[in-house]
Amino acid sequence: MASSDGAVDDASRIRREIEALKNERSDIDRQISDLETQLRGLQSKTEVVHNDGLAAHGLSPDLIYRHSRHLMLPSFGVQGQSKLSKSSVLVVGAGGLGSPALLYLAACGLGKIGIVDHDVVELNNLHRQVIHSEEYIGSPKVESAAAACLKINSTVLITKHQEALRTTNALDIVSKYDIVIDATDNAPSRYLINDCCVVLGKPLVSGAAIGMEGQLTVYNYKGGPCYRCLFPLPPPTTACQRCSDSGVLGVVPGIIGCLQALEAIKIASSVGEPLSGRMLLLDSLSTKIRIVKIRGRSSQCEVCGENSFFTPQHFKGFDYEKFTQTPLSVAPVKLSLLTPDFRITAKEYKQRIVQGEAHVLVDVRPEHHFKIVSLPNALNIPLTMIEQRVGDISSALKEKQPNSSGSSPHLYVVCRRGNDSQRAVQLLHKLGFVAARDIIGGIESWAREVDPKFPTY
Amino acid sequence: MQLTLEFGGGLELLCDSVKVHDVKVDGGDEKKMSMKNLLHWVRTNLIKERPEMFMKGDTVRPGILVLVNDCDWELSGQLETVLEDKDVIVFISTLHGG
Ligand SMILES: [Zn+2]
Repeated sequence: MASSDGAVDDASRIRREIEALKNERSDIDRQISDLETQLRGLQSKTEVVHNDGLAAHGLSPDLIYRHSRHLMLPSFGVQGQSKLSKSSVLVVGAGGLGSPALLYLAACGLGKIGIVDHDVVELNNLHRQVIHSEEYIGSPKVESAAAACLKINSTVLITKHQEALRTTNALDIVSKYDIVIDATDNAPSRYLINDCCVVLGKPLVSGAAIGMEGQLTVYNYKGGPCYRCLFPLPPPTTACQRCSDSGVLGVVPGIIGCLQALEAIKIASSVGEPLSGRMLLLDSLSTKIRIVKIRGRSSQCEVCGENSFFTPQHFKGFDYEKFTQTPLSVAPVKLSLLTPDFRITAKEYKQRIVQGEAHVLVDVRPEHHFKIVSLPNALNIPLTMIEQRVGDISSALKEKQPNSSGSSPHLYVVCRRGNDSQRAVQLLHKLGFVAARDIIGGIESWAREVDPKFPTY
Repeated sequence: MQLTLEFGGGLELLCDSVKVHDVKVDGGDEKKMSMKNLLHWVRTNLIKERPEMFMKGDTVRPGILVLVNDCDWELSGQLETVLEDKDVIVFISTLHGG
């Protein structure tokens, strides 16, 4: 006992020390970043003086050396680089798509980069959000991303917008940049960013990735279509998958994010043909890349069409969450479909196990989720299979039936977060299992309230 | 008539997770078939679950892009597009993740 207490004390002491050191480090980072900003101010003043002796492109000797491989490209050259250095790009979302996009944008010699993100870095982001590292877990993504960009290139001007893009701040933020990269992960943000870009006349480089697939196109570029020309109506909410729910192979958003940086660089430097009026579809499983021709600007489009009068005022008043029936924030939805009589907490369920209560626990997550981790003795019947496998539930209950004429065994349902379990209980009630109940908050609340060592994902 | 039908962006989940289907469809008396008829054929013969995730009314649900030979069907007449032997039709759901 004594030695394990000692270990616990040691662990909490070490944690406190780590915390204190992290705080010191972020103080030092802030001081460094302030000094660098000052230094950049001074340098740009001295550069003006030296420029008298240089060519008209205005690139300093340092910048010529840094970007020499760009300058030697006949199709890019001094002209492309010079345009790039006077251009600015806003990246909305410093996640799986934004990470590689930002790294390349920081490296390429853009004048100004803006980063919008309200989130903090989490351990389960790192497999795909390669701009962040372990030391930044718990810190804002904009801080982590800006620090990584400045490590590559201390001459680029980075503006951190640590907030979600909303109708209240979007016009103000987006108007400060020439090009916008949509690297977000949800439908309302995609409509919001599109409309804002149309109102302000900014080209929009739009990328998306989920599972093993990715998509890329450029909207609102020189009379080309906007997002709404293609998708005037939002898809049903059940068709919108997020990486946090559906999974994604890390390198897939990486590829799309790199292509987003490429398209932004082409637009900023006026080099090549941006992917407007065309869409790139990546299927990484079969390594197939398709580039398809999409419709042009639609005259009927509600925001960019000939007869549309979508003004900044309309934009500010538009309810994107209502339009798409999806919240802008990443926080998972918490449904409340059942009355409290049909729900128990994870702690209560634990008590019932300890008391040896006869029961059956049905886990309604998909099979590949169940394989990651599950509660003891749980029976896996995915939500979509319940009706087909009613017989399995009945026989499991029968097996638990005590020999005496005691009360019949209880039926509990669990899922990941406590939404599907409620849907399942509603269905089970209809199918005749009138006493079925769900565990509030799913296995995530089990991990939080009962067993902190229980893995979450 | 021989057609290749491809499903992507998650729509393959509606047809037993198979992405590519090489199919023979009968356009009736004529040797041609419209996209409108093909949609109903797909719904009857390939879609195994949640048909409302594929169609709404007479057409595909919002958020699905339809491509006929790598070209947006808006450019070929949408539901009225006339299909020919060996055409490749892609149904792809728009992605939002990132
Ligand atoms: Zn439009």
